[in-house]
Amino acid sequence: MAILVDKNTRLVVQGITGREGEFHAGQMLDYGTQVVAGVTPGKGGLTACDGRVPVFDTVREAVAETGANTSIVYVPARFAPEAMMEAADAGIGLIVCITEGIPVLDMVRVKAYLDARGVRFVGPNCPGLLTPGEAKVGIMPGHIATPGPIGVVSRSGTLTYEVVYALTEKGLGQTTCVGIGGDPIIGTRFIDCLALFEADPKTEQVVLIGEIGGNDEEVAARFIREKMTKPVVSFIAGRTAPPGKRMGHAGAIIEGGSGTAADKIAALEAAGVRVAAHPEQIADLVASR
Amino acid sequence: MKLHEYQSKRIFAQYGVPIPEGDVATTPAEARAIAERLGGKVVVKSQVLVGGRGKAGGIKLAHNPAEAEEVAARILALEIKGLPVRKVLIDRAADIRQEIYLGIVIDRAASKPVMMASSEGGVEIEEVARVNPEAIKKMHIDPFIGLRGYQTLWLAKGIGLPAALHKDFDRIARGLYQAFVNSDASLAEINPLVVTGEGTLLAVDGKMVLDDNGLFRHPELAEMRDVDEETPTERQARQADLSYVQLDGEIGCMVNGAGLAMATMDITKYFGGAPANFLDIGGGARADRVATALRLILADPKVKAVLFNIFGGITRCDEVARGILTALDEVKPQVPMVARLVGTNEAEGRRILDSSPYRMITATTLAEAAQKAVAAARGELEA
Repeated sequence: MAILVDKNTRLVVQGITGREGEFHAGQMLDYGTQVVAGVTPGKGGLTACDGRVPVFDTVREAVAETGANTSIVYVPARFAPEAMMEAADAGIGLIVCITEGIPVLDMVRVKAYLDARGVRFVGPNCPGLLTPGEAKVGIMPGHIATPGPIGVVSRSGTLTYEVVYALTEKGLGQTTCVGIGGDPIIGTRFIDCLALFEADPKTEQVVLIGEIGGNDEEVAARFIREKMTKPVVSFIAGRTAPPGKRMGHAGAIIEGGSGTAADKIAALEAAGVRVAAHPEQIADLVASR
Repeated sequence: MKLHEYQSKRIFAQYGVPIPEGDVATTPAEARAIAERLGGKVVVKSQVLVGGRGKAGGIKLAHNPAEAEEVAARILALEIKGLPVRKVLIDRAADIRQEIYLGIVIDRAASKPVMMASSEGGVEIEEVARVNPEAIKKMHIDPFIGLRGYQTLWLAKGIGLPAALHKDFDRIARGLYQAFVNSDASLAEINPLVVTGEGTLLAVDGKMVLDDNGLFRHPELAEMRDVDEETPTERQARQADLSYVQLDGEIGCMVNGAGLAMATMDITKYFGGAPANFLDIGGGARADRVATALRLILADPKVKAVLFNIFGGITRCDEVARGILTALDEVKPQVPMVARLVGTNEAEGRRILDSSPYRMITATTLAEAAQKAVAAARGELEA
């Protein structure tokens, strides 16, 4: 078992003929993901990844021809909002958007559009998902992960890899690793993933990696206290971040005194979550359970 | 990207929001000329991108052109919270009877813009939210439908505005929302929006923050960026497409990925040091990027040690190691350097660094790397 993506995922890659899109489509195929189609307007009828993936002009055609049920978006920021809406209109049930730098007001519209249609999306500005041994939908390096009982959800990219790698080194495999993204407006949040991990019979513990900005960690803390039975270990990045400065991610900013690491850590600890002082402690805390 | 008061108000005015008559001066003589043209009492307001200008003596009333010149001279000599005052706005003084607040931000939890109004204008909205949250009325705005008349009426009544002003309030609120949307703003606020002695509404102060990711649609707004908003190093970093924030510690950090970069700052502090910067070099690690990043770090004279923390995923550690060596050939730093490369091809990456002519301190774990960087910055550890 896993959450969101598994061996039954049939993936369409939007922007497959771009440099990033084609490279990562190849990596996902090599991992064993069922990459069934690619989409680039104007390139329909061609193939990508050395002839391994057929390319279509529209997502609707890709779905009709290949039965794709999940989409991943590598389209540049100014075209990505439309790509997500196109996927939703074509009947795709899960959209993962890797693209960084989409204007916030565009994401406000995309979110309203997709939510109204009941379509789940992950990202944008995220590394995607990885269900070890089954499917890689995104850019996480596949070899750092291994199947096992730990669910991982994070707002970050390389910090997640660091933690997953440390878990794997300790023999603690993962059910699914989800990078939800570092933007202010995202599709799938901590609580959505926590609910899925809580319901997933194979997941025994959850690792939650947060950072400064917004209050999703505080919302997650309340959810953990009220709804979760499985233990959660956490790490929050940005204890030393100054207020009012964006720390790389568009959403990582302390504004008007809210969104600090201290507030988030306090909320999580009050909910019984063990919070690591630095990333390498996470695997130790998980192992000590 | 933050806009100055005068820039924000001029944008608001394009959307029908009434603002005081006024103009910007960079010298006391210009201030006098503007005051003469306006006639009567004027307000001289420093244009710096920080709050608390009034308390710092950066906003003063002047009764005549001579006084405006004198006050402008004093304000233009000020430094407010470290920022030099380069411009003053000379506005005709308003006859203020009541101050209210009107603003729009993105509500991250609701994933929508929210308009906020409060009868307690003239103070920071965060302060009102803390002391008297009931005084703030909020209305979320559907991105496809926009701000509607019933919503502005509800806000106007909620803050006790008399019926005679409801129509004006509606026009101003809609104008502000249009300005917000059409500029790709993340914040647009009028504080205070005043009720004047003539019974009209006037936007006496304004503030806008724009979404950097939306600036490609607004080259005319992008040009308004104030050089003082960022340090020279931060500006160079932005132009090189590197994510950099200057801090005041002694350990320069070079990391791939924003979350890992923050975690690296945090761990140096945890082990008794202090980070000199946040720096995310992003994916890949081309030598020229690494070199630019290293130059930025070393441009800070406080830096006593450099910590490289690279997690190789798709990025390979051997490539990063070669990038670091090429950068060192060019930059030749005089401070100790600690390198931790983990992940894809890490053994090869470490071998490349070990066999180089540069003496680098290497580490396997992040905790070890941070402790070594702290010790090296204190002069207690050499390569």
